Amino acid sequence: MKFPEDLKYTPDHEWVKVDGNTATVGITDFAQSELGDIVFVEIETEGEELDKEEVFGSVEAVKTVSDLFMPVSGEVLELNPKVEENPEIVNEDPYGDGWLIKIKMSDSSELDDLMDASAYQETVE
Amino acid sequence: MKSIQLESIHQDLGAKMTPFAGFNMPLQYEGLNVEHKHVRAKVGVFDVSHMGQIFVQGPKAVEFLQKVTSNDVSKLYPGKVQYSCLPNEQGGIVDDLLVYCLAEEQFLLVVNASNIEKDFNWLRGYEMEGALLLNESDDWSLLAVQGPMASEAMQELTEVPLGEMKYYTFEQARFAGVDNVIISATGYTGAGGFELYVRNKDAAHVWHEVMRAGAKADIKPIGLAARDTLRLEMGFCLYGNDIDDKTSPIEAGLGWITKFSKDFINSEALKAQKENGPSQRLIGFVMEDRGIPRKDYRIKDAGGEEIGRVTSGTQSPSLGKAIGLGYVQSDYKAPDTEIFIEIRNKALKAKVSKPPFYKG
Repeated sequence: MKFPEDLKYTPDHEWVKVDGNTATVGITDFAQSELGDIVFVEIETEGEELDKEEVFGSVEAVKTVSDLFMPVSGEVLELNPKVEENPEIVNEDPYGDGWLIKIKMSDSSELDDLMDASAYQETVE
Repeated sequence: MKSIQLESIHQDLGAKMTPFAGFNMPLQYEGLNVEHKHVRAKVGVFDVSHMGQIFVQGPKAVEFLQKVTSNDVSKLYPGKVQYSCLPNEQGGIVDDLLVYCLAEEQFLLVVNASNIEKDFNWLRGYEMEGALLLNESDDWSLLAVQGPMASEAMQELTEVPLGEMKYYTFEQARFAGVDNVIISATGYTGAGGFELYVRNKDAAHVWHEVMRAGAKADIKPIGLAARDTLRLEMGFCLYGNDIDDKTSPIEAGLGWITKFSKDFINSEALKAQKENGPSQRLIGFVMEDRGIPRKDYRIKDAGGEEIGRVTSGTQSPSLGKAIGLGYVQSDYKAPDTEIFIEIRNKALKAKVSKPPFYKG
């Protein structure tokens, strides 16, 4: 199980990569492993301003469905088009090609509430 | 939580384990889709040792089983298996099961793990002198070797000509050097193959031999998650989802194992229900819109009226489409009827379709 050091993590098993004012969001290796084979990712919030912890979409796996929550407040700038066509890349490469959305953050101080890799790792072990 | 005999073997194979029916069971090893497709294409082995084994023996065994099961036990002969159910007095089903005729006066009932205690107590309530009941569920392991290559992969382990065995027959024979293994041409996948009933003490040996002999056919261990998607592609009922204490065998489309040529528990009421037509029916459906149906989701008509509930649903790995089972008002049971599944507040289109969904 991988926990890249350069990412921030949420209790909902999402990761955030910060680049200036933009946050890239995906689900963690642990999350994809718990969900199992992902069948599709549904995100219909592109362009919307959402608050932290609001639902921005859902991940549907063969066995179960799970909501996706905003790790920080902001505007959903774009979705990963590859995930729509090949949702299995979320299983294969959750921290890379399987990213889900990019957010234009409205309050970057919210990042302070997120966990670092070792803190997150402790929550799932 | 109970342990199956081979728990540590599954853990060593890297299985993700899950509590199921009070047992710690292998849910998946490599991944659901890979395992599912492997069973359809080649061969896989499932440890389903959580299943229950209840023996019935004595001169009244047939009479007893005719009373408590819905199917006609008089059709059985040594070496023949029958799918059946235990009706309750209120129109529902205590459990569904396999009935093995071991000898004229000796039968084996294979029941769902979640219902072992309930079934045994239920059966004891109808116990007759001359029909002895023995619950040996804790003594047996059950390995299901399933897939189109099962016969050729397993043949070196037994002298029984596996490829010639008819569906729903069995042999008690030497297998992998172990005597009196029940080799049963049954399964819950629709992929063909065998179920092997072995004593717990022999389970590890038989498992390793199955894996060794199966290696030439690329055998893989398969978890319960794929067992569920495989059975659902065939439209096989799962107790606790598609049938339960409240659903009748007639409603569930199990009329074919409900024989009114004999008297059994609640047979009068079930016969009347069959003649009058049940008000609800278990149907299969295939999603047309994108969404996966899940247990308890609402089924609606085009006008938004609720007409039933989903009892099982999944993404079918073989078809690449979402499929499900559910009860609907009988007016909606015809194939190709348009229905809607309410998935997270959206009414998504589906079509009634007669299982099996996967036709091989």
